Amino acid sequence: MQSSDPKPVSLWQTLFGDPTRAFGIVSVLVLVLLAIAPAKNYFSEWRHYQKGYLRLIRTRGEAVTLQRHFQPGIQQIWHPELGVTDRCTSCHVGLKEASLFDVTVQPYRRHPVIPHNTEQYGCVICHRGQGAATTVEEAHSSTLAWEQPILPARYLESGCGQCHRASLASTPQLNQGRALLARYGCVQCHTIKLPDGGSMQATQDAPSLSHIADKTTREWIFAWLKDPQSYAVSATMPNFKLKDEDIRDISAFLIANSTPIPGDNAPPIASKLSDPAAGASLYGESFCASCHAVQNAAGNLVGGNLGPELTRIGNKAKPEWLRAWIRNPRVYDPHTEMPHYRFTDQQVATLEGFLLAKSDADLLANVHLDPATPEQIAHGKSLVMEYGCASCHEISGIKKPENFAPELSRIGSKPVSQLIFLPGMQHTLPEYIAGKIRQPRAFAPGLKMPQYSFTPTQIDALTTALLALNDRAQALPPAVTIPPPAASHYRPAGKAGQIMADLACFSCHAINGRGGDMAPDLTWEGSSVQRKWLEDFFRNPGTLRPALIRRMPKFNLSSEDITVLSDYIMTVYQTPDFERDSMPESGYSPTQVERGRQLFYSKYACQSCHIVDAKADKGYIGPTLTAVGSRLTGAWIYHWLKNPQALRPGTIEPNRNMSDDDAGNLTAFLMMQKGSTAKEAKR
Amino acid sequence: MTAGKSLTVWVVVSAMALATGCARKPVSAGGPVPVSYASALVESSGGKQIGATGSPLPQPLVVQANDDQGNAVPGVAVNFHGPAGVSFDPPGGVTDSSGQLSTTVTLGAMAGRYQLTASTTSKAQKKIDLKVEEIALDYQRRLGQALDEKYCSRCHNPESTPERVSNFDNLAVKPHAFTDGDTLNKMSDADLLAIIGYGGPALNRSALMPPYGYTLSKAEMQALIAYIRTVSDPPYQAPGMVYVAK
Repeated sequence: MQSSDPKPVSLWQTLFGDPTRAFGIVSVLVLVLLAIAPAKNYFSEWRHYQKGYLRLIRTRGEAVTLQRHFQPGIQQIWHPELGVTDRCTSCHVGLKEASLFDVTVQPYRRHPVIPHNTEQYGCVICHRGQGAATTVEEAHSSTLAWEQPILPARYLESGCGQCHRASLASTPQLNQGRALLARYGCVQCHTIKLPDGGSMQATQDAPSLSHIADKTTREWIFAWLKDPQSYAVSATMPNFKLKDEDIRDISAFLIANSTPIPGDNAPPIASKLSDPAAGASLYGESFCASCHAVQNAAGNLVGGNLGPELTRIGNKAKPEWLRAWIRNPRVYDPHTEMPHYRFTDQQVATLEGFLLAKSDADLLANVHLDPATPEQIAHGKSLVMEYGCASCHEISGIKKPENFAPELSRIGSKPVSQLIFLPGMQHTLPEYIAGKIRQPRAFAPGLKMPQYSFTPTQIDALTTALLALNDRAQALPPAVTIPPPAASHYRPAGKAGQIMADLACFSCHAINGRGGDMAPDLTWEGSSVQRKWLEDFFRNPGTLRPALIRRMPKFNLSSEDITVLSDYIMTVYQTPDFERDSMPESGYSPTQVERGRQLFYSKYACQSCHIVDAKADKGYIGPTLTAVGSRLTGAWIYHWLKNPQALRPGTIEPNRNMSDDDAGNLTAFLMMQKGSTAKEAKR
Repeated sequence: MTAGKSLTVWVVVSAMALATGCARKPVSAGGPVPVSYASALVESSGGKQIGATGSPLPQPLVVQANDDQGNAVPGVAVNFHGPAGVSFDPPGGVTDSSGQLSTTVTLGAMAGRYQLTASTTSKAQKKIDLKVEEIALDYQRRLGQALDEKYCSRCHNPESTPERVSNFDNLAVKPHAFTDGDTLNKMSDADLLAIIGYGGPALNRSALMPPYGYTLSKAEMQALIAYIRTVSDPPYQAPGMVYVAK
């Protein structure tokens, strides 16, 4: 169209033909260029959000206070030692304003209450994201240069785990994840080096397979390897998704490789197997269910998870092995957590019959194995090495492999660019970790990681625990980290120590920092109880708390064993804080006792949780106190009343801040509760 | 001028192409095509759960489609909705052979109550809604919940579980369940703090409630109160903030 003009004038000539006009135009251009930077600043996102905040607070009752707290401009939390440069508070302006509790729009919500001050640690330590960014997109999402997106809220507890290396009462998900890592044998294949120098240890040792032919049959091994959860729903063993021929060869190898242990099979006990109810009642009386679970008719597991599930034990255990095991489990496995019950032959036979009846006819119905050939056994051995069975199980002739699987010490900072995702997956690290746990074999053909049967909650917990293992956690200055308490390797000495190891006391009770939490801590038991009561309790353990399910079993101890144990406990397990005999066992004045009674029933209302008068009182949260004067020492009662948590940390009995007089009077009242047998004896 | 005209046409056409290309695919409102219609939706399970903010609820939400006679209807299209931040997996679908549809609910980042809606349309194209309420707990309230489990629920919760037998029936003066909003909502935070810290007699109530002020820290007691406020039924309304009229 321009070509149709008679006298073409170029654009250049129109604009710059005249020097004055050219000067004017260039000036305007420079002015515009100069204005770009302030304009960009003026229209920046954070300024927009700060204006929005000012509009939001203008209509609120406490507007003046909020306005006074408000500081315009880019805000920054800077902690070089933590690697924190956070400008999040430039947009998240109301984080610290408690009065904004009802605001639901972001970025103006106040921060939920947490034990830390946000300024002390910054934001990205828990939430991830790019702290230094000043636009929403860059701060929250991953970009080419910065690939740390905001962590989804469900994994937030991983932030706590970077500094808090021990379990925290208020991070149940993180604790669960860490416990799963240790319990399900993850750390047997994957090394997890902790920032403190040590490495995470497995809490459950898989059984040794060196003598497995004594214990079970090749058919059971086949069914178990095919699908461990079809034998026991609570099994921690994962499914290796093996081909039937491979399972056949592995089972052939394990049986051929097994060596017998002398004495771990017992001849049948000639006894009339009495009524089947006897087995159930002996199983109940021995409190087997404290550790072992059994699936009931409704499909629910009933019982503890310290020992293996026994729903189909009859399919697994050979009778001669089971007999020897019930008689003394330490013959087959010297390190087992199972106590050595001193059962009589009749009791062994009763329990054997009861347990062998727990079987499922369908489990082994379709397993038919021909005798193994040497080739099959050799192939089975190579498979056992290939799949790293010896990482968890002791297998004679095969060494535990080193670095069998990738190390996970810094998995929580693995760059997304190094990950391979499944189609349809969100490209984030938490999704990748969760996906790997959910379906490990889907990520590439030929992967060896087995299939676990975790619930979604467990997968979230595991992901949380793994995300806490990251570069920042490894590099934190020691001043801000809270290391776990040193692991205790306490072992009692002498004859008593041998008996306690034999009875596996530490499976349930903790002493000096070592042991389980199912039963009371016994570190100061010698200051707490009277000797006669202790001996009676060993002979016939009663229940102190009517509402408890898990209880102390009766071990049929001999009188010598009881004496040895009582001597040791009464001498060694004493608190240095008070003298156990500093208060008398009896002889309190009637006035004191009467005052104690009134304090018990009115001022402190102890009867809401404890029973002293079996007819009138009903509370059953705490131990029954009808015979407490024959059980505990006066000094223990007195100091317990003064501060229960000092004697047993974490006990739920509240500290009543009692005066010395009140505690003394209550001690007098309680020490007079000698129980019915004592009263009868007096008469 | 034909060149100008064709340019205009080209611009319009390409703009339309761009618009169609960039527009979000319309979300099919009914999800899968419904085979049949229901006249009522009822909650089968999964309502009134307590979960953590930003996390999936422990149990799935299961709704059932019923006909006029109250019989379950399979093949009914049901959709789930919730406030911002709530997600459903799956977000909708058709009811299975037992007339039920199950979804995993992930609650938002704010602690408090979430009103969720399951909806379907009747044969007459009338909208049928089922309202379900779930509760999300943040860090502080989860701490309160844990403290409740450890110290309080043995007396304050009349329900027993195999692991924890309730002591409620043994008490001469019955404690208030923490969900008892009718009573607890009338008490101020300061009153609750006094009762927890100094025991029942501090407010002239039963001595059966012992003081926990020497056992729990103030932060722990406040966490407990925040938890009680969140689970109370009817819901707790914080004391009124005075707003300047617009």
